[in-house]
Formats: sequence, C-alpha cells, structure tokens
Amino acid sequence: MNNESLILFFIVAVVLVGGALVFSTFVPPSSTNPQKSETYECGIPTKGLSWLQFNVGYYLFAILFLVFDVETVFVFPWAVVMKDIGMVAFVEIVIFFFILILGLLYAWKKHALIWE
Amino acid sequence: MAFSIYDLTSFNQWVDKGLNSVMSPLWATITEMAIIGVVFLLFYAVVGLFLVYAERKICGFIQCRVGPNRVGPYGIFQTIADFIKLLMKELVPINKADKFLFNLAPFIIIIASMMALAAIPFAKGIHAIDFNIGIFYILAVSSMGVIGILLAGWSSNNKYSLIGAMRSGAQIVSYELSVGLSILTACIMFGSLQLSTIVESQADCWLIFRGHLPAFIAFLIYMIAATAETNRGPFDLAEAESELTAGFHTEYSGIKFAFFFLAEYMNMFLVASIAATIFWGGWMPLHIGHWTGFNMVMDFIPPAVWYLGKTAVIIWLMMWFKWTFPRLRIDQLLTLEWKYLLPINLLNILVMALVVLMGWHF
Repeated sequence: MNNESLILFFIVAVVLVGGALVFSTFVPPSSTNPQKSETYECGIPTKGLSWLQFNVGYYLFAILFLVFDVETVFVFPWAVVMKDIGMVAFVEIVIFFFILILGLLYAWKKHALIWE
Repeated sequence: MAFSIYDLTSFNQWVDKGLNSVMSPLWATITEMAIIGVVFLLFYAVVGLFLVYAERKICGFIQCRVGPNRVGPYGIFQTIADFIKLLMKELVPINKADKFLFNLAPFIIIIASMMALAAIPFAKGIHAIDFNIGIFYILAVSSMGVIGILLAGWSSNNKYSLIGAMRSGAQIVSYELSVGLSILTACIMFGSLQLSTIVESQADCWLIFRGHLPAFIAFLIYMIAATAETNRGPFDLAEAESELTAGFHTEYSGIKFAFFFLAEYMNMFLVASIAATIFWGGWMPLHIGHWTGFNMVMDFIPPAVWYLGKTAVIIWLMMWFKWTFPRLRIDQLLTLEWKYLLPINLLNILVMALVVLMGWHF
C-alpha cells in the first residue's frame, strides 16, 4: 500500500465514530427532562460558567515542552545519520545538548519546575 | 531464513494479482482498501473489547476477587454486553456545552489512535503502510490525541472536566518528551526510522540485549513515560475518580463515553506494541548467538504470535503498575519528568551514541 492510503484509516475512524453516534442518536429510547441536561456539579445547581482562567503553571510547562519538542525534531535526523558521520556528529551533539541543559538548568534555577 | 514459511508477502502479492486479473486496477485498489479497512475496524474493536475484559479480570485477581464471571464462560462476553448496553443508551445533550467541539472530541481521539495503528508491523508482510519515517509518524499522530482530551474538557463547560483536561494536557505534553527521546536513543542504534528495517535489524539479537545498559535505561524510561502518556496507572490524575468524578469525560454519556474508554485502551495497545517493536524485536523470534537448534525451534512459532505475545506481556506490566502503585500528585508527577527522566534521558542519548560509535554493542 502507498502512503496516500492513509486517508483510508482516517475514513475508517470517522465511519466508526460517526456511525455509532448516528445510531445512538436515533435508536435508543430518550426522554426529555430539563434537569438532565444541566452541567454536573455534585447534584447541586451549577454556579456560574466553567470557562475560567486556569493556573499559569500549565502555561510554563507548555513553553518548556515546546523548546524540548523542537529539539527532538532536530535530533531525530541526527540519530539516523550518526553512524555514517561518526565522531564529528557526536561532538556536535554534545555541544547542542550542553546548550540545552544550560536552558533546563536556568528554568530549574528560576523555580519554573516547581508546581505552586 | 527459516521463518520464511510464515512470510505473508507472497500471499499479499497473490491476492493483489488475483484481484487485478479479475477487475480493472481502480476497482482492485478499492476492493483491497475495503478489505483492509474492515479488517482494521474489526481488529480495533476486538482488541478494545479484549483489553477491557483483561483489565477487569487482572484487577479482580490482584484484589483477590474473581472479576466478571456471569456473562458467558469466565465472563468473556461481559464487555460485549457492556458495549451493547452503551450503544443503546441515550446521548444526553448538555445545555451549556459547546455543541460542535463537544461532538468533535471523540472523533479526534479515535482518529489519532486509528491512524497510528496503520503503521504498526504485525508480522512479516502484515503491515498496512510501511513509512520510511514510521516511528516518527506514530509519535506525531498519536500525540494528536491530547487535542481531543483538551477539547473534551474545555467544551463540556464543567469544572471537573476543565481541571482534568488541564492536568492531562500538562502531563501528556511533559511525558511525550521522554517517550520521544527514549525512542530516539533506540534509533541511534538502528540508524533508521522505518519500522520494517528496525524489526529486521534485530534478527540476531533484540535491542534490549544488544544495546547494553543504555538500551535498558531507555526501555525503563519509555515504560514510565508511556504509562504516563496514556493517562494510566499511578499517573491517572486526569481522571482521578475520588476527586474529579471522571476528569475530562465527566459530561460524556453512552457511546461517546465508550469511545474515550476505547481510545484509552487502544493507546495502551499502541504504546505497548511500539515498546515490543523497538526494544523487544517486534515479530522477530528470540535468537541466542550460535544456538542453532534453539533458534530453529523458536522460528517455528509464527511471527504474529511473537508480536502479540510481547505486546500482551507489556500490557500486563502496565496493568500491574496500575493496580499496585498509589496515585501521584501533580507536583510529584512533573518533578519526576523534568528533574529526573529528562536529564537522565539526555545523558543516556550521549552514552548510547558513544556505545554505537565505539562498537561496544553486540
């Protein structure tokens, strides 16, 4: 199979979910009740909206992730050709990782890795 | 090679030729695609149902219970009955939810796991799509699932869902780094990202034995990070039921809930099969150096059995983790990743590169 047939798996997944959703919308018995479609909050009436501001800590980790994930993308091609290039590639990756680890240590020093 | 008796490449070519001789090339392609689509759909459903049953049974035995034992012999039809029940349940609409995103989330989660399944090599010749960037593709596609989880949590307009989704986002995003980097450690050894090449280069010796200590450390890191990435085991604080009811899928009902459940088990299967493929040699039988007789005997076990067996062992390990370790707090979780796994992983890559360059491996 060639790479275009990836669309097939996309279609199969959509058919699986879509088919079941359509079936479940029309076939099962349903009853309407205004309280049923309330947002769940331990059974008491819901207070306000839930689209609130959230802890900024999550944001910090997302930024850190971005740095290291881009790094992973850079290192994958290196991993494939490392054997052929030899010692030069190894020295270069040591320098690359040295800079990265400096970044991680900076984040560590600034208490970005501590959950508050 | 002795395992050629189980080589299915010629069978595939025979089917392809047969179909092409009966009908026009376009229709032959469409028929092949339909067959593959149906096979994968069935496989997906069967693996999902079986894993849910296995989890309940293993959990039962670990807690000195019998687990499901009423529907069918040993309760094997329990999950099928559950599935039918969930299918026949009403989908409760949520007034304040963002309707479009609320319905989109299960699609994204299932699409992510289904598309990742396409690149898994099951046996020699049973391989839907053999990319030259196979393992990278799987990492990329399966990380799409986190979008579904965040969407589900945000669109439900429920505080439990929001907290669960944010926790889950931070967790998956952090541990994805370790999954990627530990796979990268293995790729240094192979010098390739193509899964069929990776499996075939382990014909003499599996990576976990071949790569000495760095490969073993990479495997350990991979197992920890993969368990966390699938929101399982001691890392399941995204759906910590004692504090968040059900986390990001609190508001989902009926078959929509079932899809989140199914996707969790399929992700576990995917993660386990990547571990089996990369570290334990995929469908390659166990070969030990010059023990020709032993190797011949091992070759008689079909590759698909090897592959499924290895995957099952790793899945069993993950279930064992889940039912024996207490749940972590979020600060402990993030400390484990950023202060321990990530630095160890970066050093491990350098050690592995040195081992490969110096030729210290087998």
